[in-house]
Amino acid sequence: MLTIKNLTVKFPSRFGDFTAIEDVDMTIKPGEIHGLVGESGAGKSTVGAAAIGLLQSPGYVSNGTLTLGNTDLRTLTLAQAHKVRGDRISMIFQDPQTSLNPLMTIEDQLIETIQAHSDASISTARKRAVYLLEEIGIKNAAQRIKAYPHQFSGGMRQRVVIALAVSTDPELIIADEPTTALDVAVQSQVLDLIQRLAKERQIAFMLITHDIGVIAQVADRVTVMRKGRVIETGNTAQVLGTPKHSYTQALMDAVPPLDRKIDRFRVPDAGDTVSTLGDFAENWLLKGQLHDLTGLSLKNLTVRFAGPRTSFFRKPPPYIALDDVTLNIKPGSIMGLVGESGSGKSTLAKTITGLITPSHGTMTLGDTALPFGKSRSRHHLSRQLVQMVFQDPYSSLNSRHRVGDILTEPLWFYGFIKDAKEREKLAASMLSLVGMQPDAITKYPHQFSGGQRQRIAVARALLARPRFLICDEPTSALDVSIQAEILNLLKELQTKFGLTILFISHNLAVVRQMADETAVLRNGKIEEVGETHAVYTTPKAEYTKSLLALTPVMPTYCKI
Amino acid sequence: MIAFVKKNEGFWLFVHSPAAMVAAIFAVIILLGAVFAPWIALVNPYDLASFSLFDGLLPPVWLDGANPKYLLGTDDQGRDMISSILYGARLSLVIGLSALTIAAVLGVGLGLAAGYYGGRFDAIVMRIADVQLALPAILTALLIDGIARGILPAAIQQDLRVAVLTLAIALSLWVNFARTARASTFMHMNKEYVQAAIMMGQHPLRVMFVHILPNILGPLLVIMTVDLASAILLEATLSFLGIGLPADSPSLGTLIRIGMQFLLSGEWWILWIPTMFLVVLVVSINILGDFLRDLFNPRLR
Repeated sequence: MLTIKNLTVKFPSRFGDFTAIEDVDMTIKPGEIHGLVGESGAGKSTVGAAAIGLLQSPGYVSNGTLTLGNTDLRTLTLAQAHKVRGDRISMIFQDPQTSLNPLMTIEDQLIETIQAHSDASISTARKRAVYLLEEIGIKNAAQRIKAYPHQFSGGMRQRVVIALAVSTDPELIIADEPTTALDVAVQSQVLDLIQRLAKERQIAFMLITHDIGVIAQVADRVTVMRKGRVIETGNTAQVLGTPKHSYTQALMDAVPPLDRKIDRFRVPDAGDTVSTLGDFAENWLLKGQLHDLTGLSLKNLTVRFAGPRTSFFRKPPPYIALDDVTLNIKPGSIMGLVGESGSGKSTLAKTITGLITPSHGTMTLGDTALPFGKSRSRHHLSRQLVQMVFQDPYSSLNSRHRVGDILTEPLWFYGFIKDAKEREKLAASMLSLVGMQPDAITKYPHQFSGGQRQRIAVARALLARPRFLICDEPTSALDVSIQAEILNLLKELQTKFGLTILFISHNLAVVRQMADETAVLRNGKIEEVGETHAVYTTPKAEYTKSLLALTPVMPTYCKI
Repeated sequence: MIAFVKKNEGFWLFVHSPAAMVAAIFAVIILLGAVFAPWIALVNPYDLASFSLFDGLLPPVWLDGANPKYLLGTDDQGRDMISSILYGARLSLVIGLSALTIAAVLGVGLGLAAGYYGGRFDAIVMRIADVQLALPAILTALLIDGIARGILPAAIQQDLRVAVLTLAIALSLWVNFARTARASTFMHMNKEYVQAAIMMGQHPLRVMFVHILPNILGPLLVIMTVDLASAILLEATLSFLGIGLPADSPSLGTLIRIGMQFLLSGEWWILWIPTMFLVVLVVSINILGDFLRDLFNPRLR
């Protein structure tokens, strides 16, 4: 039905044309969910944008054919293309927060779309809108339809976006990372919905995603892309079960399994040249461990934020972000912390580091009590012993500072090394310890990829000679293959230096690979804590069970 | 498509933007003229001995009765227009730049602190800024002038006219800097690199000036150019209204005020030439400011 042949898309620039995708072939039949998978920069979204005719300016299709049914999409005039868009092809975007107009009710948005593509009267359009919402699984649709987008949860909003896409009875829907911004429970509902629509309405889906688990769960066929080219295409079971191309295999190897723990990920270019450049930094770290392994225990920790004000004269009611959290992290172990967004994971990290002041409870690092928030002096020992690796490597490094300056700052600040040259030398050595070229110290953060930046962030944390490391979603912003490398690195460093780590992630499979013990957090409450293996195989809390059940897993036919 | 933005992007865009080029050329010529005024000007408008009343009210060279020595004519005192303008621009630029510096230091400092500490401090600083915005610059100038007259001995009052004017302009411009710095700081406070610095226990001043300031410099630079134009205009306005500088040390605004008296008597050049000069200067600076804004905000490109 949708047929793409030899599609090449170029972006002109001052330095010649940049080829975003080249020679892409793809066919999608009615009722088929066609997965398009690849790492960032592979050109997945460009294929989708070319199909719907919304290539980001100044990109253009330089070669190839795009046909939908009998219509050649490349020869359409602007007006015709506009009609095809919406009538026959619809799109679902990643972020339901931004794809709905916050100032219009759901009803207005649906009616507007329906009327734009048919000459239905307002009342028939409204009837149809209610019917669509019911079909999409929104209960009480006749009343809920009057609501504004902000009154809906993230998953509900994504359903409304899907309802909008379906409202015109399209033949093809392009879904660009439709579940990436959603929690697992919501993700599985949205995926179910997509599957149902494909089956019942015979809508073809182009499902663009970086998550092979999602593909394995719902896609009939899959196309693997890399650097703008199609690597492999075929039935999902066949491509994932017996991949012909080594890249597909490598991509799957990098996906952390949920059902077992593997010691080290197989990384494609693991031909690490054994270098002795990092020895200097390694010895420095080992020598400097004046403090024993450091555990952390939290008792009855409660964090309250001011909630929305209900009356001008009354104090706003508190919003409880952390509720009576008691957690004991053993010295030298990795504690995994999982939970959905808004469960308080990051609040916990910020409370430990003193950015947020808890209302009561105790925190004990090793055998000293940690003062709360602002009452912790700037020279408190914990400021050195506790370090953090952040989620977003693009904002955790100051883009105006040289990598060398970023790395030597802790050495200077904690007064470890007085001599500036010596500091640079150690920083360079540390870079090679985390698997980077030592000459990176002369460059700026923007000259590195996300994975490399995350390595720099790890190096910065290590240069403070920490005993306790907090990793807040350290791999969530990274591609799976890079994620595998960073996880390998963290494991290695942990065993080498006996760090105690609090590893925070929303990804259960990742935590399973990393943690000795796992705590499950929900709405600020600890639902379950225990040894990781036990939590994953025999979960006690209902919530843990449902989380585990909803996480997409690689089917058994995949050889990993 | 940031992937293929190269290092010298700024320069490339500059060379390919005719408006920015022309504006820059004008601005540089005016700046050089002002800086080197004592060496290139025909007469010194401050030195009564260097000009003569007999040369008074001569028109520009392309009109009848002109003296080719005075290309753009002379005013009623016999001062060469070009010389007056160069010296006037010199004074205007000195006042504009010093007012801008004071405003930037004050505004950025307060804005950074307000964004960093938030809460009550932020509220107080921003309310003061709001009050400041509600007061027209001319009122501020009158107020400072009045205070200066009240507390300073008469002997030095005349010498301090420039300082009073500068301070008045600076006080009406700092709000822009404070607001922008505060808004950008707020945005960066949530960035993880700032949190990392705070977590380490770095001194708040170091976090503000070493970590945050370099990252918010872009928008501040834009404000700086745009506000330089405002400062020059403000000075001209205040001098035109007679609150600024006296006729014996003319800035651009004073020249225009003097020229006003001759507008209806046929000696139009005494008004028009300094006015056009001021317009060219301000428009050039504004175009450069717009260019900088586009440069720092790739979405507008």
